[in-house]
This record gives sequence, structure tokens and C-alpha cells, in this order.
Amino acid sequence: MRSPRTSLLLLLALLVFCFGLAAQLEPQFQAWPGSRSTGDLFNVMLGDSRRLFANEFFIKADEYYHSGYYPTMFDDNAAFQTTHMAADTGAVNSRNHGDEHGFLGPTRNWIDAFGRHFFPDRHTHLDEGGASDDLSGSENVREILPWLKLSADLDPDNVQTYTVTAFWLRVRMNNPHEADAVLHEGLRHCPDSYDILFELGRLYSENYHDTDRARNVWELGVRKWQKLDPETKKENRLILEQLTIHLARLEEDAGDLPKAIEWFQAAQKVSLTPGVIQQQINRLQFKLGQEFNPLLKPLY
Amino acid sequence: MKNIFAVAGVVIKELYRRKDFYVLFIVTVLICLVMASVNIYNDAKIVRYLKEICLLLVWISSLVIAITTTARQIPAERENRTLLPLLAKPLTRAQLIVGKFVGCWLACGLTLLCFYLFFGALAASREHQWPLLNYFQAAALHWFMLGIVVALALLGSLVFAAPSSNSTICFVVVGGILFVGRHLDQVALTLREPVRTIVYAVYFAVPHLELFDVRDLVIHNWPLIPWLYFSLALLYALGYIAVFLTGACLVFRRKAVN
Repeated sequence: MRSPRTSLLLLLALLVFCFGLAAQLEPQFQAWPGSRSTGDLFNVMLGDSRRLFANEFFIKADEYYHSGYYPTMFDDNAAFQTTHMAADTGAVNSRNHGDEHGFLGPTRNWIDAFGRHFFPDRHTHLDEGGASDDLSGSENVREILPWLKLSADLDPDNVQTYTVTAFWLRVRMNNPHEADAVLHEGLRHCPDSYDILFELGRLYSENYHDTDRARNVWELGVRKWQKLDPETKKENRLILEQLTIHLARLEEDAGDLPKAIEWFQAAQKVSLTPGVIQQQINRLQFKLGQEFNPLLKPLY
Repeated sequence: MKNIFAVAGVVIKELYRRKDFYVLFIVTVLICLVMASVNIYNDAKIVRYLKEICLLLVWISSLVIAITTTARQIPAERENRTLLPLLAKPLTRAQLIVGKFVGCWLACGLTLLCFYLFFGALAASREHQWPLLNYFQAAALHWFMLGIVVALALLGSLVFAAPSSNSTICFVVVGGILFVGRHLDQVALTLREPVRTIVYAVYFAVPHLELFDVRDLVIHNWPLIPWLYFSLALLYALGYIAVFLTGACLVFRRKAVN
């Protein structure tokens, strides 16, 4: 029979051995290229399937944006092809068509008619008051944020999650600093994203009133967009239009009208409504002509 | 009535002697508190995700308690050989069935009370409001839905051989109704005859448990359900409870108890 002291010493020796082994193996394990231990729990647990869940949570955020009034896989979801919370940011091409108010259609039978009293049956947006129709409660749009955060954690390469989160943080929550952090987090994961740069420019321009930084990031966004292949460019014309129009307005406010006209002309090339932009160009050209009028002295 | 409540009292005592409820309640509380501690963009007013998670856990816990408690009632009496002495007393088989049902249903009511009190406290801690009537409607509908489930599980315990098989079948049926019950008629339209007619008949025959799931209304602060429709839903539940209990009494009347 061993004495308790021997057992204690043996236990201590084993602990020291375990600690030493762990200290020896840990750096090797971290350096091993096959290791999935990147510190990202979702990555380790779910692998690439996390992107699937990320999309589900993004849609869940849109469901919250509608206070639970959302089509299921059995309903007509033509009016929900693009999430409304993203479309309302103004930087996303909407593919929605059909009736967003009545995707449930006419009642099918008495069970269906009766059941509609027990779930949300009216189309509302959280930023417009939500279920209570109280416009003063538009900051309730904060309720979409947990799902967007989860979606961003699961799929850090999805640009839209960052831009949508930042837009609502900035516009409705009056929290530009958090929006700034979200966008920079997005830029770390997607350094070539012109969408994030566009949103960052809006933040600098509209919230921080820092036109120089806004100009820099928007111009960088235009350069990033120009590096795209022709097919991708065709699908992403809206963002270039937004970038160039914002740059044009910024230059106009700064008094550089020739530069503003150049940006409007760039926007006109990709716009679906070139006529409207032509009116802007005409207006600026007229203004430019007026500026030189005082220099012209009358002959008589 | 006295006999029925005597049997029901025993069932309720059994619930608070077992650990099922305590474990599920503590797990629910812990998960909700952990989720509440998550910092989301430094905004402490975000609450709806928390309400959703809490209500989901309440629904899962209540279904587990209702089905597992009910499914073992009659088989346990038979295994312990207490069924015959029980029926030897001035207690009819129908009274035993109704007593077991009332006991299980009241036990579910007590657990729901605890769960909804916790839910109300959790929501109020962030929202600083307590829409009592909305919570009352949600809890009452939930409780009546559990009444249908309890009656169904009681009938199942007389039809199926073991509590485990009964519980499994009840979970599948209840889960199926909750997930696709509302859309079965739309599914039927995509099928060919005679399956279409069968699915359509199933749609009208099954109890629509999803009617009682008003979580979205509570989570997103929708106005109250009109009281007329609320009352009709309770009557609808009582109708199905009566149907399943009558079925259970009829089956038990012909069942050998030894």
C-alpha cells in the first residue's frame, strides 16, 4: 500500500508531464497547416455549411424587419426575392415583383380564414413603426441587428451583411461609431468591396461631414469597380451609379463644377435613367455658364 | 368529480417529485441568461431575439413535459400492478382516464405558469412594459394546445405497447402538425388522386395545433387577438380534447388490465 504522500507526488508528476506535453504540442498544432483551430468556433463546428445558416439568419433579420409577417416556402415569395431591409438601403438592386401586402392570397377555407387571426397578417416595416404603426418607434429597427451580427459571424465574406447593418446603425440608431466599426470589420474580410467603401463614404459624408475622406473612399470604390470583369460589371451597375452620383454631388457642394459634371457623365453611362442625369448635367452646365457671366464686360 | 380530482392530485404530486421540470426550467433560464449577456453593438434595448429564444425553449420544454408525463401514466400503473387495486375502489375506468388527463393538464398549467412568469420578467427587464393580456392570451392558448397533446398522448398510451413508442409517435405527429399543418391543403393540391383527397381529409381531420402558436404576435408586440376568435380557439381545443378522451375511454373500456 502506497503512502498518500507518494500518490500525491505521482499525481503532481503526472500534472507536470501533462502541462509540459501540452506546452510542447500546442505551437506545433498551431503551425500545422491542416489545423481548423483558427479561433473561429463556427468554422470549426460547421465548416463551409455555415454560409447556408448565415443566409437563413439574414432572412430571419428581414422577417424581424416585417415584425414576423413573412412568406414561408409554401407562400408566393415573388415580392421577397430581395430582402426589403437591404433594398431600403438604396444600394441594392431589387428583384422583387408582385404583391408584398397580400402574399397570403384570398382565404382558402375556414381553417385558413380562422388561422389568420393568430399570426401577423399585415405588411409593415420596423423603421416605419412596425406592428404598432407608431412612427416614433422607428428605432425598433434595432431588433434586426442580432440576426445580422450572427449572419456576419457565420459568413464573414458576405458584403451585404456589413452594408445593411451599418446603414441601419447609422440612419435609424444614430450610432455612426458602431457602423464605422462594422464597415471596417467588413473591409478586413473583403478588402476589394466597393459596396462597403460606398457605405463608408456615406458615413464619412453624412455623419462625420468629412468630405475629404468621403471623396477618397468613393474614388477608391470606383477604382475597385473598374477592375471587375465585364460580366460582373454588368450586374453591379447600380453601385457605380450611386458612387459616381454621390461624388458628383460632393464636388458640386465643394464648388468644383467641371469635376461634378464629369462624375455625372460617368453615372449616365451606367444609369437606367440617363435622361434624369442629363437634366443634372444641364443644370450644372448652366450654373457654370452663369459663373463666367460677370467676367464678360458689356461692349457698350 | 371527487374521484377524478383525487387521481389528478396524485399526478401533480408525481410531477413535482420528478426532476424533469426542474432540469428543463433551469436549462431554459441558463440559456436565456447567457443569450441576454451577449453584447450586440452596445445596445441594451434589443429584446425580441431573447423573447424568441425563450418562447422556443418554453414550447419545447412544455411539449417534453406534457408528452413524457402523460405517456407513462397508464403503463406505469400496469407495471407497478397498482391499476387493479385502483379500479377495485369505487372508481370507474372513465374516471381514471379523466383523472389522469386532468392531472397531467393541470401539471402542464403549473409548469407553464412558472415558464411564462420567467418570460414576462425577462421581457420586462429590457422592454420596461408588461402587456399582461397578450401574455395571458399566449399562455392560455398554449395551455389548451397542451390539453389536446395530453389527451392524444393518453389515447396513445392505451394503443401503443410502450411509453417510448407512444412518446416518439406523439412528438412526430405534434411536430408535423406544428410545422406543416397550416399548409397541408396547399401540399394536397400538388399531389395526384387519390393521395390528394387523403391529404386533404387529413388537413381537415387533424387538430390544428399551429393555431395556438401565437409566439410571433407576442415577440413582435402585435395587438391582442380579438376575444371572439380567442374564445373560439379555446372551444376548438376543448372539442378535440373531448374527442381524444372519448376515444381513450372507449379503448380502455375493452382493455384487459391484468
